[in-house]
Amino acid sequence: MSGHSSYVPKTGFERWLDARLPIVRLMHDSAVSYPVPRNLNYFWTFGGILVFMLVAQIVTGVILAMHYTPHATMAFNSVEHIMRDVNYGWLMRYLHANGASMFFVAVYIHIFRGLYYGSYKAPREVLWILGVVIFLLMMATAFMGYVLPWGQMSFWGATVITNLFSALPVVGETIVTFLWGGYSVDNPTLNRFFSLHFLLPFMIFGVVILHVWALHHVGQNNPTGVEVKNVAKDTVPFTPYATVKDLFAMVCFIALFSWFVFYTPNFLGHADNYIPANPAATPAHIVPEWYFLPFYAILRAIPDKLGGVLAMFAAIAVLAFLPWLDTSKVKSMSYRPVARILFWVFAVVCVILGWLGAMPAEGGYVIASQIFTLLYFGYFVALFVLGIFEKPLPLPSSIADSVLGTMKGGSGARLATATASEPQAKG
Amino acid sequence: MAQATDTSSGTTRRDFLMLTTGAAGAIGVGALLIPLVSQLAPDAQTVAAGAPMDVDLAPIAEGQAIKLFWRGKLIFVRHRTAKEIEEARAVAVASLPDPEADQARVKEGKEAFLVVYGNCTHLGCVPLGNAPGESKGDYDGWFCPCHGSHYDSSGRIRKGPAPKNLPVPPYAFTADTKIKIG
Repeated sequence: MSGHSSYVPKTGFERWLDARLPIVRLMHDSAVSYPVPRNLNYFWTFGGILVFMLVAQIVTGVILAMHYTPHATMAFNSVEHIMRDVNYGWLMRYLHANGASMFFVAVYIHIFRGLYYGSYKAPREVLWILGVVIFLLMMATAFMGYVLPWGQMSFWGATVITNLFSALPVVGETIVTFLWGGYSVDNPTLNRFFSLHFLLPFMIFGVVILHVWALHHVGQNNPTGVEVKNVAKDTVPFTPYATVKDLFAMVCFIALFSWFVFYTPNFLGHADNYIPANPAATPAHIVPEWYFLPFYAILRAIPDKLGGVLAMFAAIAVLAFLPWLDTSKVKSMSYRPVARILFWVFAVVCVILGWLGAMPAEGGYVIASQIFTLLYFGYFVALFVLGIFEKPLPLPSSIADSVLGTMKGGSGARLATATASEPQAKG
Repeated sequence: MAQATDTSSGTTRRDFLMLTTGAAGAIGVGALLIPLVSQLAPDAQTVAAGAPMDVDLAPIAEGQAIKLFWRGKLIFVRHRTAKEIEEARAVAVASLPDPEADQARVKEGKEAFLVVYGNCTHLGCVPLGNAPGESKGDYDGWFCPCHGSHYDSSGRIRKGPAPKNLPVPPYAFTADTKIKIG
């Protein structure tokens, strides 16, 4: 999609700078003149929302680090110090804690958007895999951040998750000792988690740059899954169309975010994490943060330690192979009558797994977790088989056709008019 | 630069520099990995905290259990009832997920006292069953609330995702009701 640059330096300074560091040209080409498919819906605004969330988390996180003490005997009290003594410390902490949840809300919508519209298919495989890498880094960052307040859930979450690695044969116990820096989760563990929690968001930022680069190289997918054939007819410039749409969605999202922060800031957390860490007693009902629950349910579904750990990691890793597991050439599920039903079943399965992850590990819940774990992986098997015999609905001949209707005689002229009147039609 | 590559043999001084520099670099990076990884291991202070520890078992009444820490790890000491000992010894050892006789897990003549590490061998939670009123699982031992592992009155895994029995730490009786752990 990256074609000839349309940037024209206006002032003498811009010409001078452009000859030395064409940074304004880069911004212009990627955020102003960059062509976006004209039929994008609001599900395409979550990329921008995610960039906003990453920046918000880094800003609030750096501020919190100025007041926080990463030591086993002081961490819990320093968090209370932030809540009670630091000016607007409560706001910074609630923004950061709820920000993590909102980050995952946005990323799950973003991922399911990609799943529904086939955004992982050629030529976007690398773009998709980079997204899976970002998702993994996000999970690592969120997990280590949750350990820092050193409450009961922090401590036991850290114990359970680090112990996952002890399932590995031969090297498992050594790896866990090296993760802990001791014989149990203790101060050395807290210290290194703090260091890594500070580092990882910047690594995420780096991979996000690659993700956006890959996106701008291959161009955005769109709700029809039909590639752009004619830039003039099928696309509109990023500014003002996508800019305004992204900003409007962002404001709506921030309103939801603010509702959590100001009205129910602890709704997504656990009361047990306001009890200081106690290595002698595990909370009766230990659960991870909501965004890990489906994977936690898969872990508990397998009645074997190594098997459970492998299934949980496989549930994430399978996403990276999706571009080759889905054998259908048709991208958008809007044109795949059977796959569309499977997609919605899969979405419901994920939600139910999340609910099961929050339930106690006994009786019927374990059996249900096993059934739904099978259904989770079954989706990927079904997509593999389905692509071979599913008969897709007829695709529109172009993006412009899908938006403006099929043109009868003299379509060229009418299309040009339609394009020109687009701002009013959309506004 | 032209004359440097313009030799008839095909091998140049630059090739020599490339190989030797590359080798030195590879060895250097390899050597640097040792301190970079080694610093993650338990430090001297943590290791030094693992000195042997004396525990007096006299205050533990029959049917009661206590928790204590050694090397930062949780340890259960349980004063078992005759019924609990009998249950632990009645089961066929070969039928257990991690076969081990109760006799091998306690000191001879001191069968009443069971000393085991107190973290579930699944993912490290603390099983319930020490305090009165807590669930002891289906086998009169411990029940891990995190992922539903049941341990029997010998601390052996009987049901659930945990792969191993609760390990017995190194300890010896120094008097009738005194042990030294470590």
